Amino acid sequence: MLQDILVTGLVNSGVYALLAVGFSLIFGVARIVNIAHTAFYMLAAYCFYALLVKGGLGFALAGAIAVAAVTALSVLCYRLVIEPVREHEAAVLIATIALALIFQELMLLFFGGSYLGIPSTLEGMVRVFGVSIPYQRLLILVVAALMLTAVWFLLYRTRLGLAIRATANDLEVANLMGMNVHRVAMATVAISVALAAVAGVVVAPVFVVDPFMWLAPLVTMLAIVVLGGLGSMKGSLIGALIIGYVEAITVFAVPAGAYLKGAVALLIMVVVLLVRPEGLFGVAFEEER
Amino acid sequence: MYLLRRAWAELANEVFVLPSRTLVLAWALALLALPLVYDDAYALRILTMTCLFAIFAASWDLLAGYTGQVNFGHALFFGAGAYTSGLMSQKLGVSPWLTIWAGAAVATLIGFLAGYLCLRLRGSYLSLATLAFPLIALGLLFAVPEFSGGELGISGLRRLATTPTQNYYVAALAMLAVVFGLWLLADSKFGIVLHAIRDDEVAARASGINTPRYKLVVFALSAAAAGFAGALFAHYIRVAGPSTLEVALSFQVVIWGIFGGVATIYGPVAAVFILYPLTEWLGSFKAVGELRLLIFAVIVLLVLLFMPRGLTPWVRDKIEAQCPRCKQRNATWRKMCRLCGAALKAEVARAQRLVGHQ
Repeated sequence: MLQDILVTGLVNSGVYALLAVGFSLIFGVARIVNIAHTAFYMLAAYCFYALLVKGGLGFALAGAIAVAAVTALSVLCYRLVIEPVREHEAAVLIATIALALIFQELMLLFFGGSYLGIPSTLEGMVRVFGVSIPYQRLLILVVAALMLTAVWFLLYRTRLGLAIRATANDLEVANLMGMNVHRVAMATVAISVALAAVAGVVVAPVFVVDPFMWLAPLVTMLAIVVLGGLGSMKGSLIGALIIGYVEAITVFAVPAGAYLKGAVALLIMVVVLLVRPEGLFGVAFEEER
Repeated sequence: MYLLRRAWAELANEVFVLPSRTLVLAWALALLALPLVYDDAYALRILTMTCLFAIFAASWDLLAGYTGQVNFGHALFFGAGAYTSGLMSQKLGVSPWLTIWAGAAVATLIGFLAGYLCLRLRGSYLSLATLAFPLIALGLLFAVPEFSGGELGISGLRRLATTPTQNYYVAALAMLAVVFGLWLLADSKFGIVLHAIRDDEVAARASGINTPRYKLVVFALSAAAAGFAGALFAHYIRVAGPSTLEVALSFQVVIWGIFGGVATIYGPVAAVFILYPLTEWLGSFKAVGELRLLIFAVIVLLVLLFMPRGLTPWVRDKIEAQCPRCKQRNATWRKMCRLCGAALKAEVARAQRLVGHQ
């Protein structure tokens, strides 16, 4: 059981980290609470399904096209829907909720409400310390680690990353220093949605694909982001590990744990917030007045 | 006779001078008169639900719009009211006329607790943390299915009244009472304090306002109204189920609130009265029945692109203008302010010419 907890926790944490880091990035740079974030994850899973099962493309090609298409769509949505109402925080909020609902309904329309299964990218399993791990879960872990390293490299070793961090730190000053903050925000949206799309593509064979698959990870992701501190990459990563393991422990060690896993994860978030209202690694934003 | 004339004068001077007030009066009268003219059971059912959701949306607005505590888990209070009232009337056999008050009371208590937990949080942190509360409650309810009925909820509750018309009047009167109550409250000095807390909490505290106490009171009041709506809802559809605690309901109320225009009370109510019957009506067509949520989302998105502040502020700006001198509102077609006689906006130049010099 201990090994089960260790492995499941790690794999889930990887997926959650991909989602949470992306969400945190958008919030940090553009102050958008993107409720549609996991809807993009759902779209990517559907896109992957359509290309792979219906279109008959290879795994790598289907995955790459799915990620690219969803990223392009996100930039389009940002330009058409979010950008015109950027000044009105409340409007941005429900615009993203409405977008998520639209995606959900469109998928319901095209693919129906039934659960869709996707064949595993890699068959077989490997035994580590007496636990058999399917290759697919190992793949999730490897991809998550690669993507997170790539994001770290992008943020801390490139000029674009510097611009993103500067904009997150202080939008006005970044603008005065000659950065095109609109373009930076757009790039951030693309990066963050690409992360969510990658997560959607790799988990699609493990989880079932259905139009409501965005709701459960949305709540968990928000809990992680708040737990770690809004806008903090490190916080999101550590928050993802904490919540991933807490969920795994609840499911394996507590009776009726499957019902309680969400509640326990959220309870931990609430407790942390009560002790430290800005989250574990929260950047204390100066009050905007 | 004197009283009648006095009432008429009040009406003419206070209500008919402003198109928005006239509209509100007409709407309230139409609501009360409707079953006398048209008592189709299906239409009454939709309107009853609309009234109940209108209470819910208005209570969200007091908390989120006025006080700025943007609650993403408002369904917690709705569900608390529904489950408390349902459980009490089912297990203890108490009349639903009494249990709805118990539902509202428990919701108030939970609102107080949630408010206490949220005192130190602000902005997005508060929104996201409150989102968690109803889900925690849902997880706990699912863990004790014998008590809560699990995923099916508690069904077979007694109704408050028997005929559709009676049920409609219960909901409509409750709605009018609660909404006008909230409106009066929000327009009072108390409401001004809430505006101050939303706009600048530090400054409000510096001016000697006990902001934590105000926030707690608002959480409790808002939860009471929402729990009342939830209890009425549970007894109307005769089920207190997990759908009253779902994320979808919490998001729905956020959409209603922002679509109608926050910090107005009447805005969210108007939004519910437009959006809820609209989606139900769309759902009644075979062809577009499956598309109704899609159409709903697209409409919300389009309206927002053109009226980012919400529907009612936009409409209000079209039909009313503010007097430049005394800041009172006037119908746009008036040339002079109804209170101080100052010329309204575009008329300034012409008025000056008429007066000669100024």
